[in-house]
Amino acid sequence: MEQKSLSDRIWKFFSSVKLAIVVFSLIALTSIVGTIIEQQAPMETNMKVLGRIVGESAAPAVYSVLNALGFMNMYRSWWFLSLLALFALNLLVCSIERFPAIWRIARTPIKPLPPDTFKSMQMKAELSLGEKPDLAREKAIAAMKSIGFNASLSGEEGGGWQLYSQKTPWSRFGIYMAHFSIIIILAGAVLGKFLGFEAFMNIPEGSGYSVAISTGGVSQSVEAERDTYMQAIDASNGDYAQAAQSLNMPVKDLKTQLLKAGIIPLGFTVKCLEFDVDYYPNTDMPKAYKSHLQVIDGGQVVVDQWIGVNKPLRYKGVTFYQSSYGPMGNYANGIAMLTLKSATGQTQDVSLGLGQSATIPGTKTVVKVGDFTPALAFDDSQRPYTYSKMMVNPAIRLDVTGPSGSYSEWVLQRFPESWRLTDGNIAQFNHFWGVQYTGLQTRKDPGVALVYLGCIALALGLFMAFFMSHRRLWVRGIPEKGGTRLMVAGSASKNKPTLERQIEKMISLLKEGGR
Amino acid sequence: MQSPLFFGISSISYVVAMMVYITYLAFRKNSIGVTATAVTIFGFACQTLAIGLRWIEFHDTFGMSWLRSIPLTNLYESLIFFVWCLILGYLIVEFKFKNRSFGAFVTPVAALALLFINLSGMSTEIEPLVPALQSNWLLAHVMMSFISYSTFALSFSTALMYLIITTDKKSEASYIFWTAALGIFGAVLIAMGIDFIVNFKAMSGMKPEMFIHSYLFKSTFLDANGAVRLVSYLAALGLVLFVWRFGSSLKRVIGNFNLSAEMLDEITYKSIAVGFPIFTLGGLIFGAIWADQAWGVYWSWDPKETWSLITWLVYAFYLHARLLRGWRGHKISVVAVFGFVAVIFTYLGVNLLLSGLHSYGSMK
Ligand code: HEM
Repeated sequence: MEQKSLSDRIWKFFSSVKLAIVVFSLIALTSIVGTIIEQQAPMETNMKVLGRIVGESAAPAVYSVLNALGFMNMYRSWWFLSLLALFALNLLVCSIERFPAIWRIARTPIKPLPPDTFKSMQMKAELSLGEKPDLAREKAIAAMKSIGFNASLSGEEGGGWQLYSQKTPWSRFGIYMAHFSIIIILAGAVLGKFLGFEAFMNIPEGSGYSVAISTGGVSQSVEAERDTYMQAIDASNGDYAQAAQSLNMPVKDLKTQLLKAGIIPLGFTVKCLEFDVDYYPNTDMPKAYKSHLQVIDGGQVVVDQWIGVNKPLRYKGVTFYQSSYGPMGNYANGIAMLTLKSATGQTQDVSLGLGQSATIPGTKTVVKVGDFTPALAFDDSQRPYTYSKMMVNPAIRLDVTGPSGSYSEWVLQRFPESWRLTDGNIAQFNHFWGVQYTGLQTRKDPGVALVYLGCIALALGLFMAFFMSHRRLWVRGIPEKGGTRLMVAGSASKNKPTLERQIEKMISLLKEGGR
Repeated sequence: MQSPLFFGISSISYVVAMMVYITYLAFRKNSIGVTATAVTIFGFACQTLAIGLRWIEFHDTFGMSWLRSIPLTNLYESLIFFVWCLILGYLIVEFKFKNRSFGAFVTPVAALALLFINLSGMSTEIEPLVPALQSNWLLAHVMMSFISYSTFALSFSTALMYLIITTDKKSEASYIFWTAALGIFGAVLIAMGIDFIVNFKAMSGMKPEMFIHSYLFKSTFLDANGAVRLVSYLAALGLVLFVWRFGSSLKRVIGNFNLSAEMLDEITYKSIAVGFPIFTLGGLIFGAIWADQAWGVYWSWDPKETWSLITWLVYAFYLHARLLRGWRGHKISVVAVFGFVAVIFTYLGVNLLLSGLHSYGSMK
């Protein structure tokens, strides 16, 4: 007996709303600290933050206390995760406990109300109709229908009758669904954490990689070997056995080392054919950036697609998001992709490296790529200079040699008016290729489907809970002298005034018809 | 474009409406009340038109699809949208509850917000969107968040009024709470006004984000001069004490409005009950979906997300305490007030205060 009451007490503890309220408060309060302390930041950052709040002198002491308590990475600390687990357990126990009662209410068909209960209902009304009970019944059925209730009928002693009906009994499940969906969301998050990964890939234009770098922590001990592993696994297209062989180590060791180094083999190759940025006119603010990617699996190109911000690529459970880009650092290796057009309209596409030249079709004019800058500007004395490392205003200097002499001219990719050369020929500057990388956030998250499912259920559940209600309506007809006496009773799980208004409407309909 | 003109007309209308509403409170004549409503509706129509014009301008300037061009991309535009939602929400309440008393509270807020934007000469330029912001999910997210913020704002003011009209004794905890809350609120507003006046010249053409970041409270609580700081804090304390001392006269004023405590409590609950599902769907879920699409993480515990979660938890607290633990009266109203404090912090504090504390992306 003793045993039983203890487990009862534990069960009660975990199902109590009091616990829920305490856990809400704890999660909220600790989270506030987590937004003030910058998470996973270098020590100096938070020292500065604390310095501004508690003063320079107290900051180190406060820092070490908070650090010891795990606040520097609190959303992954054992106590915060325990709070979330407690929260989930609370929800789960609460849901299990309440399920039978909700099921009973929602599934039990509505029954006639015992006559004496009519008096004790909160929502009730009475009126007399001049019609005989049979006629009054038909009118009552119609009136109920007009406010959306399909009545069932049962007879009563002494020639009376009772009509009863209910609407959206399943809306009772709404709040239940909302609670349970939170458990589903948390389960999805846990699943993703254990079976998925979060990583990134910076792929230079023209290259392909078959590994991603984890964004999680990397063990210092293997940082030095990281590149070696990466190259080996990349050379073998993600084939562990082959890579291990080339490194002269057992496959098992390689796997553990890779894991430590935060290298995740994808099992296929992702290649970036081209990367492009569109700018807002007359600014260096990107309007859109996108990458032309290919997925190569088993030697075959299986996906060929442009991706952009908000437009990711998915393959074999891994998703690639366009998240950043940048210069490779060496612009000298780039290739200018030009379309040369003669004044007479002949055209030709050419790809020229720095120092290479081509002839404009149908003419004797030769253009050579003499210089390149990712961001061309002119200073006060009209001398060209580079104003940014980013490729915000790519330009090439074309050294032109032709019948009308030799001269040099800057051609800017973003400014078509600069493409027309002095001699009337056109060098359309399409793209400067091979000098930027595309930054892809790479993620595998088998739990995301559950999270989305939970979100849908949460939204539906809450809308059901707040904007719908389980409404029940009973109308009783008792024969009386000169007609029928009607007694109306109603109940609603939510929004009682709405049902009250509906009942009023029904009654006024019945009265009108009586006249 | 004409949008600034119509924004101007709508602000003036709200100021006029405020005066008419106050006159209405004094004389209680129906014709005055109808006039007040009509002026508000007129201002609302002008504001709607102005937003529409700005929308068109955005579309034409940047050549993006209509959905992506909704002017909801920066603090300026979101403030305007907030005012718009607030007025819409108020008009709905006025028609539903057949009570005009709130008009005298809501229209000044709307007028002040709009006048502040107009007068300050802050940059109202339309700005291009960085690629990550070009998402329909983001749009749904921002819009629904603001709709829920407006309902929460309403619940905040009714909860505060509830506290005002139901407390008597100066030693009562709830009395101290609401006078302190109102006093601090007033002190912050006055301090902002001082920043505004002192730096009026420097501000023209500046974005609101920039202004708040560089000047907010810098002439008072955060002044370089220690004496000014001390005086500011003392003045704020004085204001709180003043409100505490004379709070009961406010009670008498509001007492004249024919607002029953039950009705205020009911509106507080109702607006939270409407706001909560909208906030859950729009604020949390759509935000997560957008982050998932744009960044590849649906939840990263960044300060904005975390503060949304905190807000959500406070309102979940409210609902459970009220419905299941039977909290009523003062206790539950205090929770509603805290809920809106969390909302304000989610909306403004994270961008403005936390980012000032940290070094990241404050001007983004
Ligand atoms: C953040 C998580 C939670 C959210 C968003 C949430 C939300 C809600 C909402 C919106 C209601 C509806 C109130 C109404 O009927 O108007 C509710 C009711 C309720 N909640 Fe929660 N809740 C959460 C966590 C919990 C937990 C952990 C418990 C466990 C004790 C719990 C127990 C209940 C109970 C027993 C009800 C009453 C349901 C009914 O009327 O049948 N909730 N909750």
